[in-house]
Amino acid sequence: MGASQSTESNLTARIQRHLSKIVVAPSFAASLFFVYGFILWTGYMAFSKSRMLPVWDWAGLRQYERLWQMERWHVAIENLLVFGGLFIVTCLIIGCLLAVLLDQRIRAEGALRTIFLYPMALSFIVTGTVWKWLLNPGLGLESMMHDFGWTSFKFDWLVNSDMAIYTVVIAAVWQASGFVMAMFLAALRGVDQDIIRAAYMDGASLPRIYFGIIIPSIRPVFLSAIVVLAHLAVKSFDLVIALTGGGPGYASDLPATFMYTMAFQRNQLGVGAASAMMMLATVMAIIVPYLYSELRGGKKNG
Amino acid sequence: MADLQTYSHDAGWKNTVLRGLLYLVLILFAAYYLFPLIVMISTSLKSLDEIREGSLISLPRVVTFDAWNYAWNEACVGVECTGIKVYFWNSVKMAIPAVLISTFLGAINGYALTKWRFKGANIVFALLLFGCFIPFQVVLLPMSQVLGKLGLASSTPGLVMVHVVYGLCFTTLFFRNYYVSIPDELVKAATIDGAGFFTIFWRIILPISTPIIVVSVIWQFTQIWNDFLFGASFASGENAPMTVALNNIVNTTTGVKQYNVDMAAALLTGLPTLLVYVLAGKYFVRGLTAGSVKG
Repeated sequence: MGASQSTESNLTARIQRHLSKIVVAPSFAASLFFVYGFILWTGYMAFSKSRMLPVWDWAGLRQYERLWQMERWHVAIENLLVFGGLFIVTCLIIGCLLAVLLDQRIRAEGALRTIFLYPMALSFIVTGTVWKWLLNPGLGLESMMHDFGWTSFKFDWLVNSDMAIYTVVIAAVWQASGFVMAMFLAALRGVDQDIIRAAYMDGASLPRIYFGIIIPSIRPVFLSAIVVLAHLAVKSFDLVIALTGGGPGYASDLPATFMYTMAFQRNQLGVGAASAMMMLATVMAIIVPYLYSELRGGKKNG
Repeated sequence: MADLQTYSHDAGWKNTVLRGLLYLVLILFAAYYLFPLIVMISTSLKSLDEIREGSLISLPRVVTFDAWNYAWNEACVGVECTGIKVYFWNSVKMAIPAVLISTFLGAINGYALTKWRFKGANIVFALLLFGCFIPFQVVLLPMSQVLGKLGLASSTPGLVMVHVVYGLCFTTLFFRNYYVSIPDELVKAATIDGAGFFTIFWRIILPISTPIIVVSVIWQFTQIWNDFLFGASFASGENAPMTVALNNIVNTTTGVKQYNVDMAAALLTGLPTLLVYVLAGKYFVRGLTAGSVKG
């Protein structure tokens, strides 16, 4: 009697244990198909002869060769380096500065934090729309400066091929720097107070406390912020579309907009797929080492 | 926290000056962040004539809601002049099911992966997690073919599916990390009392999950509402979400450029997520940091 009851409860327990697998299975299957399957699919497409329609005929590295022969792809890559570099550095400087300033027992800190961070809640399309209006040469900032009496002021970056990519930096920094501030602020609040107090007792000045103790101790946050921002930069698409449309011409194209144009407007599926694989490789080169070190660190700590 | 007041060797007056400077810099930054929003609101309330004559920062002399009305009811997206309201509802119809389904799946996945651990649960989680980091360009081409085959091309259900599939990794991450910190004894005690997998989930786990549900719902809502890439790739035309419609209105090249309508349409598009942010900022920030920092 007792024995049969225990096998029965064993059985239920085993079903329960399987239930857990059954519940996760659909999500796992979806991920296998829609993430891993699609990556392989795109990867294959990049080796095929696909142009207007997807075909399975093998073309070897032909699409990658065509991709790297395209002037437009080189512009997109250079733009990504310029945009990514400036975007990351400026966001780090502004974010870190604001966090340190907010960490001084500021009155209305909550309100200021809300103001610094709200752009992050907006769609990049909204951000692009408003900055397009602010920076438009006719009625925007330029005419505002003229009204102030500075009539020689010229600001035509939005329609200037050499400068258009910098307008994307301006808008992107406006949107994301508050987020970096939030990350740094959280880290600053976690710094050990006793070490700071000890340094102060030893006569260290506030700047020395910051540069000598606090900033080195929040180094991991710098790394996290850089990874997050780099990831954002590589994926940047909406903002360019809304702000410059990749223009003038293709002067402010990024890999993400390049891929979209090739795949959906130019009937170059193979080149589009090849550029998507290049983007994936770039993101993986950033994310995988980071995740690896994070997970290892997590194990060490816990 | 290392602040001036507590950690200063200098005389009092010097600190007062520094603090004044501190507030000045902070206020200037606040002005920088607020400036586009203020210009957006003020431009949307002006008439076109006033925009042409006046300056960017001048407040409207005559406040008119014509541009808002026009953007909502009459603005042309492509050849359809139905206003942005149609696309607003498209976005609502897309976001609500996608947010609910992906949050629910994330919750039950997180519960299964932490409280009923099976062999390989960690690997399954790691494989799921990977989806958070891929640039979505790499799935666009296969997805458009699959949606076509399923008969879901250019449809709201198709977009719901896309957002659920690619939102899953984030929601699973949120719930998994939350449930890891809940003691296993809670579940063990309930199993001894005879409660099963789903009973424990509904009766014990879900009731204590409110904070992480809020984080997940806000994160997913913001992501899905603000999405442009999937919307533009898979749902152009009358089923397009609001961001795609806004971009269409703003970048249309025909007719007179109506900046006030552009701004009103942009505000209408941004309003839902802004509202969520103002009402639940704390959870918004938690989602941001959990979603993008911790792997």
